[in-house]
Amino acid sequence: MEVKVKVFRFDPEKDKKPHYETYKIESEPTDRVLDMLEFIKGTFDGTLSFRRSCAHGICGSDGMRINGRNYLACKALLKDLHSRSITVEPLMGMRVIKDLIVDMEPFFDNYRKVLPYFINEEPAPPQERLQSPEQRERFDDTTKCILCACCTTSCPSFWANDQYVGPAAIVSAHRFIFDSRDQAGAERLRILNDQFGVYRCHTIFNCTIACPREIEITQAIGEVKRAIATGNLE
Amino acid sequence: MKKHQFDVVVVGAGGAGLMSALYASKTANTAVLSKLYPTRSHTGTAQGGVGAALGNDEEDHPEWHTFDTVKGSDYLGDQDAIEFMCFEAVQAVYELEHYGLPFSRTAEGKIAQRPFGGHTNNVTGKPVRRACYAADRTGHMILQTLYQQCIKNNVKFFDEFQVVDLLVVNGAAAGVVAIELLTGEIHVFHAKSVVFATGGHGRVWDITSNAYAYTGDGIAITMRKGVPMEDMEFFQFHPTGIYKLGILITEGVRGEGGVLINGLGERFMENYAPKVKDLASRDVISRAMYLEMQAGRGINGQRYLYLDVRPEVVNKYAALDGRKNLDGSPYIVTGEQILSKLPDIVDFARTYLGVDPVTQPMPVQPTAHYTMGGIPTNKFAEVVIDDQNTVMPGLYAAGEVACVSVHGANRLGTNSLLDLIVFGKFAGLRAAEYANGADFQPLPADPSEYARAQFDAIRSAQGSENILQVASTMKNTMTDLVGMFRTGEGMTRALATIQELRERHKHIPLTDQGKIFNTEMINIWELGNLLHIAEVVTASALERTESRGGHARDDYPKRDDVNWLKHTLAWVQEDGSIRLGYKPVVITKYQPKERVY
Repeated sequence: MEVKVKVFRFDPEKDKKPHYETYKIESEPTDRVLDMLEFIKGTFDGTLSFRRSCAHGICGSDGMRINGRNYLACKALLKDLHSRSITVEPLMGMRVIKDLIVDMEPFFDNYRKVLPYFINEEPAPPQERLQSPEQRERFDDTTKCILCACCTTSCPSFWANDQYVGPAAIVSAHRFIFDSRDQAGAERLRILNDQFGVYRCHTIFNCTIACPREIEITQAIGEVKRAIATGNLE
Repeated sequence: MKKHQFDVVVVGAGGAGLMSALYASKTANTAVLSKLYPTRSHTGTAQGGVGAALGNDEEDHPEWHTFDTVKGSDYLGDQDAIEFMCFEAVQAVYELEHYGLPFSRTAEGKIAQRPFGGHTNNVTGKPVRRACYAADRTGHMILQTLYQQCIKNNVKFFDEFQVVDLLVVNGAAAGVVAIELLTGEIHVFHAKSVVFATGGHGRVWDITSNAYAYTGDGIAITMRKGVPMEDMEFFQFHPTGIYKLGILITEGVRGEGGVLINGLGERFMENYAPKVKDLASRDVISRAMYLEMQAGRGINGQRYLYLDVRPEVVNKYAALDGRKNLDGSPYIVTGEQILSKLPDIVDFARTYLGVDPVTQPMPVQPTAHYTMGGIPTNKFAEVVIDDQNTVMPGLYAAGEVACVSVHGANRLGTNSLLDLIVFGKFAGLRAAEYANGADFQPLPADPSEYARAQFDAIRSAQGSENILQVASTMKNTMTDLVGMFRTGEGMTRALATIQELRERHKHIPLTDQGKIFNTEMINIWELGNLLHIAEVVTASALERTESRGGHARDDYPKRDDVNWLKHTLAWVQEDGSIRLGYKPVVITKYQPKERVY
């Protein structure tokens, strides 16, 4: 079927302002938006620029705004968009470098703020540290995060103030805060108990809707808020 | 042009690159260069597990792991290296756990393990639980955990830097040349040690599980600098890719009891591997699938089969096989258990197939998956450049880009993640140790000359060739003629086509003449790498007149240990021609014998 793909374009070496280009292409219902972009780049305009790698929703490279909502382009199939007009734009709230490529550095800066790594300074045992299946299950959901930024860039609080660490960073903190083997939960809670921490979340649920890994992000943020209030890390 | 100086430069930020960086940075000034943000690396897509004989659930030994790997390699793996990897495996997996990796757990709180193809109890011959897993996203967790530890240890990253050349001075590594994607600027990294950890080249074939980024850059770069490539004819086709898309469905599905079913509704692997059936080694299963489809027994006569993990099907065949739980009770699964052990697989099937694997079988076909060959190294990840295993000072390789060789003619599932962490670690240790005792080689007068020449040629290309057409001709040719089954006649044709495509590639005009994120220019360069590699793969495969592991020939259907129990080495010579040589396989304890599963 014929599909109209309207794409946000901006070449910093040529354009003063962004504009949109529309391409008419033949597509199958099972085509991914990424397939369409690859086809457009290879057929009509080699200058069209976007990031991609694994093409099946795991590497997190191709987060973008498709018909007004954040998706990974490789996980957005034409049949699921219920439209023959597709508008593709870069993630919101980030500086556009070129076309669909945004500056990810501030996103990773926020990520690094929450101590997103395992901390346990006691000498490790000769074998594994034990952890029950229930303790492991406690933080299972937030281990799925691929740092694609679809959540953070769908959050109105982040749009309003990009100093807010954002849902992705809180998800990363949650993954360690509730890991029974980790010892720095209190320190992470202190970091998030800040004017640019968890209280910027107004439970709008955009992040949860946007997450291509189906992480219950709003719930995870709620659990971090509760832990700050109660000091209970279980 | 910007210049940098580091003791150690690591190229690639997947599992092997990050492991190497973690270790090298402990004692040496280290930088990691990656064309992707590290967490985008292909390691993240690995699903089923990392192999190590922890014996958490049942008796297991590194010796058994060693033998299984030797057998899996169709006796082409070097046995000293395999033994080293399998014995180091146990400590390496505990180390990942100590880094915080969230493995799934047994009831006692230990690392959970599942069965995987080719991994057996060497006494009974039955599958053994050896694959240490974190649900079905083990690679994701390894990649995330190692990246997190690198952040903790302040490892220096140059993200979205495309390395395009290796500098060799006085026969030793002297650094690399890279393009910063953000600016298009050329950077020269002067280094004492260079570690390549750039992954494989599955994008040579049409149906593949491999990422767009998997264009064999490290292999292409080093072979152009005179480093030979080892065993390039050996490439793995994984049995279960999603029909038409090639997206991987982990072998862990079969580990949990899933079975392959043909168009007649039969579990056909019983006929090919009576003992372990659906958990035979990958080359064996992929070939069986191919033969079933050739015989018209695909689903509805089409080029796909079913992978069935519906609980009633799993339970039926588990009962027939007499499969038991650890406590001796019959093995029975529920839909919820399938969901909790294989959440990503369920998600892939729903998203890309519109199929719910708990209630419907999944259409699958073999998919190009893993590069067994690559840059030759010894077991300490030092690159060796001839049939005498002479070490090239300062150059290291680890992970899929390297050929140690631990996988020989066919890799066992879970051994790729193991390869990354074990040889990544030793690459980092050795690179730092060497750097701490060596001086910098002087840089060439114009270090980026060769890199600039390559990109000047791409920028000024004249003609009307199209990148997608050149790429798809390559992929179709390689799939049809240098894929799962090969013949001398077909490969001769393929070689001519690939050489013709390498000429056509020079006539793809570049639309984007900008500097900032010129992905079109990089994509054309990457396609050049794939074409060059396709040529080396085909030339190496054409010469090997036998069938072994992933290299199966209709015209030479038997393994030939008398003439071919040896590694291929392929040199790209100054005039562009390919010269082949050979070196012996290291055999220590296990004499080659017939391979039966």
